Amino acid sequence: MIDDELVQLLTPEGERVANTEYESTLSGDEIFSFYRDMVIIRRLCNESTSLQRQGQLALWAPVQGQEAAQIGAGRALAPMDFSFPSYREHGVAWCRGVPPEDMLRIFRAVTTGGWDPQRYRHSVPTVVLGNQTLHAVGYAMGVQRDGAEEAVLTFFGDGASSQGDVLESFVWAASFNAPVVFFCQNNQWGISTPSSVQSRIPLYHRGPGFGFAGVRVDGNDVLAVYEVTKRALDNARVGGGPTLIEAFTYRIGAHTTSDDPTRYRIDAEVEVWKHRDPIERVKSLLVREFRAKVTAFDEVAAEAETLALKLRDDVLAMGRPDPQSMFDDVYAAPHPLIDEGRLELAELLGGGR
Amino acid sequence: MATTTMTMAKALNEGLRRSMEKNSRVLLMGEDIGRLGGVFRITDGLQKDFGEDRVIDAPLAESAIVGTAVGLAIRGFRTVCEIQFDGFVYPAFDQIVSQVAKLHKRSDGVYTMGLVIRLPFQGGIGAIEHHSESPEAYFAHTAGLRVVSCSTANDAYWMIQQSVEHDDPIVFCEPKSRYWEKGDVDLDVAPAGLFDAVVRREGTDVTVVGWGSSVKTMLRAADTAAAEGVSLEVIDARSIAPLDVGTLASSLTKTGRLIVVQESPNTASIGSEIVAELTQRCFYSLRAPGLRVGGYHVPYPPSRIEDDFRPNVDRIMDAVDRVMEFA
Repeated sequence: MIDDELVQLLTPEGERVANTEYESTLSGDEIFSFYRDMVIIRRLCNESTSLQRQGQLALWAPVQGQEAAQIGAGRALAPMDFSFPSYREHGVAWCRGVPPEDMLRIFRAVTTGGWDPQRYRHSVPTVVLGNQTLHAVGYAMGVQRDGAEEAVLTFFGDGASSQGDVLESFVWAASFNAPVVFFCQNNQWGISTPSSVQSRIPLYHRGPGFGFAGVRVDGNDVLAVYEVTKRALDNARVGGGPTLIEAFTYRIGAHTTSDDPTRYRIDAEVEVWKHRDPIERVKSLLVREFRAKVTAFDEVAAEAETLALKLRDDVLAMGRPDPQSMFDDVYAAPHPLIDEGRLELAELLGGGR
Repeated sequence: MATTTMTMAKALNEGLRRSMEKNSRVLLMGEDIGRLGGVFRITDGLQKDFGEDRVIDAPLAESAIVGTAVGLAIRGFRTVCEIQFDGFVYPAFDQIVSQVAKLHKRSDGVYTMGLVIRLPFQGGIGAIEHHSESPEAYFAHTAGLRVVSCSTANDAYWMIQQSVEHDDPIVFCEPKSRYWEKGDVDLDVAPAGLFDAVVRREGTDVTVVGWGSSVKTMLRAADTAAAEGVSLEVIDARSIAPLDVGTLASSLTKTGRLIVVQESPNTASIGSEIVAELTQRCFYSLRAPGLRVGGYHVPYPPSRIEDDFRPNVDRIMDAVDRVMEFA
């Protein structure tokens, strides 16, 4: 996958690559902490898939293969930045401090959100493809009007790149020079539709077409993703305008637990991408260059295991919501139909007759 | 009491100006609203006085006008979006229904979707297609939204300010055929709450309900009916969602006869909702079935024949005759 235009700082074998524009500035400890994040999010993802298979979740959207794209981007955010995810950005949510159990509430079907978006500065999941990119641009326009040095990062996939909202968000970001970074995880497949159907040109080429920079980064290289995203966010914060980042990666698992990828793609393709695993290459680097010890990796694995078991317990403890909660927060102000509905349901639940 | 006379268009302009003066986080966004002042001149002069950062000339993309207003709301701004014409709101429909209406709920009340979507609606201006529609029922159907309409200059002045101050998202329907009609505006006291219906003319025989441009038509029908010895009580619903059912029901309890007048097709309409709701509440007071006088189940017709589609005094009087024949 050597591509002249692809920013890569670490080969699949974990060897550093010289790049004329980008250079990793991370210490061994920092790289190890990225490794830890990726291992934990993969373990939590696998636990979530199991929970779905056991009937404990309505659905799960696996992140396997995309850990470097999400951890690299999530770790590049500054505390005051704001991020707008789609529905698969569990790794980014982890970086923002969202508790794993909160990420699973929507998949447990006990809520349509899951966490306090202002507390974590990470918006709630957006399931309608691309809607969130416009929210990100609007938020960024607000940042401009507040004169704040903050950036906004928004996530979407190669499938959503065909949505009108995404393209409109490009137009607006360019017109207003909004401090927003578009992070497209090109995982090659929109359910069964290959990315070649979404675009006849590399997706990052769309940036210049709309009037701002586009960068393709090896989405399985957490060092490169971090540096590319950090520079784009830094640039946006000081008025440099938007950037489109295409993280070239692969969805190793199914689109969701309802999907069967064996119907539309061949195993050999998946095998190729498994050799480009985002976690293994960082592990190789840590061993070779920073002499990381086996015990350190074991400790991370044990920590991930503990978190996975806690996640399982937390999910199993999520009971059926109070049916009356369907009326909460539909409106900010009192509304007669909400009051009526509450009363009617209370009577039904009370077994009036 | 300071009262002045102005057109509905000017009243909206003054109401928006006052909203912007009161709260520096109020923004306006829409196509051609800045330098041009909007195709109907509703925002005339506001960009000059409040600057390009607060009166934003938008690229031509309705979904983005609403979608970025959502992001601005999350940031704590209150954006008044102008959709240039009713028939151009549909590109924004997804954002309005999937995001504007639901983000307060999805965020467990953390996000306040305080934004206003101004929609010049209804026909009667001799326009080409997509410039004369009445899409209010689409929005009224969606929980999370509120839908209101003004019919007088005074209401326009006050209701737009009340909408900007309200914490829920509001689809604000402006009867474009009445933009240039003048009325008295009380600059000190709001005429009613934003979600209150108002009795425009008291009567005893038939309750006639409408909103926007229909209010004036109903008042003319009331004159005609009075000459024929029938007393119409004319109610301006003002709030389409939620409906002020209390005001409508107390009138219907008195008259026992109900007619709803609307420019939208009657099929699955606000008129249908009003008739169904009031039939439930006032069943034993009814002397006749509730009737709807509205558009036919066709696309809005070429405007050369729009007068045969829109409710008029004759059609309202036909309905009056029908409900009076029952008892």
